Amino acid sequence: MARKEKIYPAIDDAVRDIPDGASIMFGGFGGAGFPNNLIQALARQGASRLKVISNNCGTGEGELGILFKLRRIRSVVAAFPGPGSTYFQQQFDAGEVELELVPQGILCERMRAFGAGIPAFFSPVGVGTEVARGKEERTIAGKRCIYEEALGADYAFIKAWRADHIGNLIYRKAARNFNPIMATAAATTIVEVDEIVPTGSLDPETIVTPSVFIDRIVQAKGVRFV
Amino acid sequence: MSKPRLTREQIAARAALELPDGAYVNLGWGIPNLVAAYVPSEFTIYFHSENGILGMGPRANPGDEDFDLVDAMKVPVTLRPGAAFFSQVDAHVMTRGGHLDICILGGLQVSEKGDLANWRVPGAKGAGGIGGAMDISVGAERLIVTMEHTAKDGAPKILKACTYPLTALECVHTIITDLAVIDVTSQGLQLREVAPGFTPEEVQAATEPELHYFGNIPEMRLP
Repeated sequence: MARKEKIYPAIDDAVRDIPDGASIMFGGFGGAGFPNNLIQALARQGASRLKVISNNCGTGEGELGILFKLRRIRSVVAAFPGPGSTYFQQQFDAGEVELELVPQGILCERMRAFGAGIPAFFSPVGVGTEVARGKEERTIAGKRCIYEEALGADYAFIKAWRADHIGNLIYRKAARNFNPIMATAAATTIVEVDEIVPTGSLDPETIVTPSVFIDRIVQAKGVRFV
Repeated sequence: MSKPRLTREQIAARAALELPDGAYVNLGWGIPNLVAAYVPSEFTIYFHSENGILGMGPRANPGDEDFDLVDAMKVPVTLRPGAAFFSQVDAHVMTRGGHLDICILGGLQVSEKGDLANWRVPGAKGAGGIGGAMDISVGAERLIVTMEHTAKDGAPKILKACTYPLTALECVHTIITDLAVIDVTSQGLQLREVAPGFTPEEVQAATEPELHYFGNIPEMRLP
């Protein structure tokens, strides 16, 4: 197969093909590690009826907030939508957006399983709570467990600190969070980085996301929401 | 009972006494988040933050914030020597996998059996949010819940069975409130300490299930 150029000089080109109804994972937690420039590009692009998978649901217009404000999102899988997710909360209260609440560790473990080719697993998290509703329960090694399915998506939008030209990634501090896991769980992973460096210049011992997981790279610095 | 109960800070200070030197610890929202300030300065406690930090230090000083270095509550923090960053999966390998020594969470209700409800008040506006609470509760080697002993209307929060949406079953080991320290045991709730100025009978009156206690119950230790 032909080697594909992964770097997209224009950020809008990196999100141009995303169709209405696409499922998209968005990295980020606690204000750190959100692909804010990609989110802004997607807002300009206009895709709607999106199925979103993300720890949070935005802060005001920041992070995913802009996509809720523009009413582009139909359903959400999240662990903690967040009190600052004004536009999501309004639409949730009005019954305009669906929400599946997932315990945070299970949310990322379902992604990890998908990326690792494991279709489902059993876990004790959520047993006896509303999270267990409708799920098969088994006792394994004396522990009550519930069935959890792997979670994948059409696209992952992630944020890293540095990429080389083929998509090896390193992250910065707590901005790593969901990003390396989402990178493995989507058909197409698009990364926004502060800096693109020559291939071979990242220490192989420190690479967190190896290039095989990355399809598109954009360099974008400046937009952030705190 | 209009006598002064402990403040939130005093509850946190008492909870800090449960942390042995060298412990790996996760602190939840609310009162638990105040606990770190009361750890003796000669102790090294490795604080875990579920967004991917082990070895978190205090809040960053104004002007020194790095917004890639935040805790799970978005607060810019600092690092202690020996700190490490990792992904969300590893953060919860640590919680769910039982690798942390002690977790301290806030509570809305705790049952006699140690069931915890701490993520949603029924009828409250908004979607609520689970966050990491279920993974932490299931995996914690030792789970301490800090909370006010009763609700604003005086209703007990320690109940025979929780009425709010559950976080996890039979997960709480110790409850520290503004009135008492109570251990959850296979024989039921054991009253270990009472707040200064309160009697075991007064604590029992504010608690739905039966409290077990024998002889003289000491006052809550406060630093």
